[in-house]
Amino acid sequence: MAEIVYFSSTSGNTQRFVEKLGRPAARIPLYARDEPLRATEPYVLVVPTYGGGEARGAVPKQVIRFLNDEHNRSLIRGVIGAGNMNFGTAFCIAGDIIAAKCNVPHMYRFEVLGTPDDVRIVHDGLESFWKQQP
Amino acid sequence: MIDKLKLISHVDAINWNKIEDEKDVDVWNRLTNNFWLPEKIPLSNDVQSWNQLTPVEQQLTLRVFTGLTLLDTIQGTVGAVSLIPDSITPHEEAVYTNIAFMESVHAKSYSSIFSTLSNTKDIDEAFRWSTENVNLQRKASIVMDYYQGDDPLKRKVASVLLESFLFYSGFYLPMWFSSRARLTNTADLIRLIIRDEAVHGYYIGYKFQKGLEAATQERRDEIKDYAFNLVFELYENEVQYTQDLYDTVGLTEDVKKFLHYNANKALMNLGYEAIFPKEVCDVNPAILSALSPNADENHDFFSGSGSSYVIGKAVNTEDADWDF
Repeated sequence: MAEIVYFSSTSGNTQRFVEKLGRPAARIPLYARDEPLRATEPYVLVVPTYGGGEARGAVPKQVIRFLNDEHNRSLIRGVIGAGNMNFGTAFCIAGDIIAAKCNVPHMYRFEVLGTPDDVRIVHDGLESFWKQQP
Repeated sequence: MIDKLKLISHVDAINWNKIEDEKDVDVWNRLTNNFWLPEKIPLSNDVQSWNQLTPVEQQLTLRVFTGLTLLDTIQGTVGAVSLIPDSITPHEEAVYTNIAFMESVHAKSYSSIFSTLSNTKDIDEAFRWSTENVNLQRKASIVMDYYQGDDPLKRKVASVLLESFLFYSGFYLPMWFSSRARLTNTADLIRLIIRDEAVHGYYIGYKFQKGLEAATQERRDEIKDYAFNLVFELYENEVQYTQDLYDTVGLTEDVKKFLHYNANKALMNLGYEAIFPKEVCDVNPAILSALSPNADENHDFFSGSGSSYVIGKAVNTEDADWDF
């Protein structure tokens, strides 16, 4: 149903990257009042980091809520980080934290909306990645 | 000559307990958490390193920093302030006052660098150069014109291009020094400025896109044309400015790649596609590592054999709210 699960704030930057991939994707809801998302098959998580230099608070609380669900956590196969190198040590740190916690690869990092090359690499990369999965 | 000062005509007491756009709160918190002052950076530890630079490198450094001082002064006293009357929410107005103040901190921090490392005669010479350099003055006047114009969306485009593109011909130099273990404390200070400008560019770009949502297709087309034309106009000027500065040390071509890379990111902050192809954006990896210490880690799981790929590199996960 959805091989990509992503979080995107109201800026919509990450959403636009995911839309350009043209692959089945599900968005983690923005608000607590929304119905929580439940994964139904293995997925790669796309998560942005926009912030300062500290790890604290780097993972969006909506993503924490999603991954707090043991079932959702069992289906994660990789993370793709979004951000801006200008944030220094905090560049894509949410992806690092989730990859370490869930013991899955931090597969790729892109900046802001991603360039056309980022889109191509991730699109093709996911294509062959899912083929290799049992 | 002095135009009538444009201010908001009506103000209500701001209520931070009633939020229309969560992004205003997020960005306010981010900016206040990131707050810093130049006095916290031990710039005097760079004195020895400064004395090892050649006279040409010292002069270049002072000129680059006076150029950056000019841009920060514009953004602090005109740019960020000019955005206030166009705000959609009262909290957006408050965020711009924070941005304006931090730009003044940035402008002042270059003076801290100057007084720590250099002497009055050389500093005065560099400021004189900045007022006489045609390309620096042109870049300032192009942006100032749009700030004084009457189009809120165009003002935001100019502002994002300043925050996310025009600073980078200057930021290159301290990153280059840092990659060679020179002026490393100065580089620490510049990285704080870069981090702030990244939040500013992101936020103003976000508000720009919110403004576009309400516009007709015809108007959107007009703004997009304008944005790309302005990028090219500023880019041509930026190339000449880069030559004025960096030809003396043979770094111009390397800086131009950095300009392309940052112009792309500025356009993306506005919600547009990157226009410079990757062949001209292959920034020196040492510069990217100076920007972001983990930039050179292999995070391309998809290309190559994956043999060099490391899973689960230990990261600091003190994140208090991160417990399953």
